[in-house]
Amino acid sequence: MTNNKKSYTTAELELIANTIRQDIIKMLLEAGSGHSAGPLDLADIFTALYFDVLKHDPLKPNWDQRDILVVSNGHVAPVVYATLANAGYFDKKELKTLRKFGSRLQGHPERKLLPGLETTSGPLGSGLSQAAGMALSMKMNHDNHRWVYVTTGDGELDEGNIWEAAMLIAKYKLNNLIAIIDRNNIQIDGTTEHVMPLEDLTAKWEAFGWHVIEIDGNDMEAVIDACAMARAIVEKPVAIIAHTVPGKGVDFMEYDYHWHGIPVGAQDVGGAPPKNEQAKVALHELRTLRGKIRSEHE
Amino acid sequence: MSDLHLATNIYHKPDYDPIRKGFGRGLLEAGRRDERVVALCADLTSSTQINMFADAFPERFVQVGVAEQNLVTVGSGLAAQGKIPFVSSYAAFSPGRNWEQIRTTICLNDRPVKIIGSHAGLYTGADGATHQMLEDIALMRVLPNMVVIVPGDSLESEKATLAMAIDKRPNYLRVAREATPILTTKDTPFEIGKAYVYAEGTDLTIISTGTMTYHALIAAERLFSTGIDAEVVHVPTIKPLDGVTILKSVHKTKHVLTIEEAQINGGLGGAVAELLGEEFPVPIKRLGMRDRFGESGEPAELLEHFGLTAKHIMIAAHDLVKKA
Repeated sequence: MTNNKKSYTTAELELIANTIRQDIIKMLLEAGSGHSAGPLDLADIFTALYFDVLKHDPLKPNWDQRDILVVSNGHVAPVVYATLANAGYFDKKELKTLRKFGSRLQGHPERKLLPGLETTSGPLGSGLSQAAGMALSMKMNHDNHRWVYVTTGDGELDEGNIWEAAMLIAKYKLNNLIAIIDRNNIQIDGTTEHVMPLEDLTAKWEAFGWHVIEIDGNDMEAVIDACAMARAIVEKPVAIIAHTVPGKGVDFMEYDYHWHGIPVGAQDVGGAPPKNEQAKVALHELRTLRGKIRSEHE
Repeated sequence: MSDLHLATNIYHKPDYDPIRKGFGRGLLEAGRRDERVVALCADLTSSTQINMFADAFPERFVQVGVAEQNLVTVGSGLAAQGKIPFVSSYAAFSPGRNWEQIRTTICLNDRPVKIIGSHAGLYTGADGATHQMLEDIALMRVLPNMVVIVPGDSLESEKATLAMAIDKRPNYLRVAREATPILTTKDTPFEIGKAYVYAEGTDLTIISTGTMTYHALIAAERLFSTGIDAEVVHVPTIKPLDGVTILKSVHKTKHVLTIEEAQINGGLGGAVAELLGEEFPVPIKRLGMRDRFGESGEPAELLEHFGLTAKHIMIAAHDLVKKA
């Protein structure tokens, strides 16, 4: 947050991430449609970004010295909204309007409606290049104190636009841009390696001229440390491949691609509780997860 | 009309200059006036005439390679940080290939990117149907927030480019490759959203855009001696359409003929028919491409083949006025 670096302990950050996960489940239940797996697995990364990594000010969303986060994978809107609300960009009560008529919380993020959004996204593959344009602009202005972060899905890497951007970012040595890839191994139609194999993903990015850092994307300290290391690497742009567990925190969703694009309570899924009990079970599991958070015991 | 300061030699030995060159000159001047102006190109710098800017301001020029999706989305990111990006390629590729990125990251996202579609229309000639972009007007006109500009000569293209640099909206500028007649002078007015009555008449309104305005003027001149007094309304901004100027003319003449070097579906002909259908239905005839692609050939051969010359306008005008 703003200039108060490290104002939260890891334990506090993990609890914030847990709150965000519970908000996601409640929002999706209320909305009746939307994506579950990605938002849940990204809760740690979004918490790390908004509560530690990013230089930003919820009271001044257009602050001209802020760092920028471009959310290329706009379908993870629930984690974006829940994080922005918990960070103070708007009242948390508004979260229950997700996907409803008249809401500022559109099914996919619309920049002009809500403070804190840097771009409109949903159609995949175009966030990395927008981030490139922002980073280029900062370079042209010799503005060396700001960073552009961008989150992408892994299924999203099927898009050609991503690799067009990857080449351009390497060409212009945009070391003020850090890409965080949510490597959860699933997309709508199945696992990424079944739908369209991405591996060897590290080798691909390296071949495109990037430095790659691989981390456990559900490890708060690892996310924060990787961002710090990425900022310290000046020779190349950096891609953080964040290995995450899709549906993280809810046992019956974890690792199951069926939860990519549906909310709790909408349909029966093999291996999961009946649909009218899914939300209750998910929230219960998330509450008990608080007890599993290592640092809370320390 | 005297206050329009049109060129005096339109009807005999006009001067020629490619419309795309006017864009190149305009962008260079826009770059001199405002350091926020930046330019991006997809491996067609000299073809699209963006090289004039790139040579003068190399630090404000971005070469994206043959990657039109990247072209417009990097442009969107630059605009997000306060730059005024002009992005150029052939119209067949931009906005031909990258329409969704333009829709989401520029129009819905409301970023004032300036998209230049060069080598549009039949004047692209020998390159053939793949490169003769005829659908760009329709593709851009359907997008909320987008402004669509089709200048009639290189001087107007230059003025349009300068106007785009200070316009806060996303803009599309359609420019042709071949040298075409210069109709205007440096004193001829140009304003985004305005149509201009280039020739006054009482029997028929010929509504034209881009390279076709020259042919419309020649046709109107010849029609007069055959008993039809035609008015020519030049429409360099197809969206937003200047309904006031068009309706004022049509209320007077009650006959309308449109001509464009593009698909009528969704093009100028579509726009005018929509306007008149709601506001003032009158007999209308639309010349342009009727749901088909072009082919290789000299521009003059193609215009003749597809019925887009002064002669074809005259035949259509007689048919329209007689029939009514």
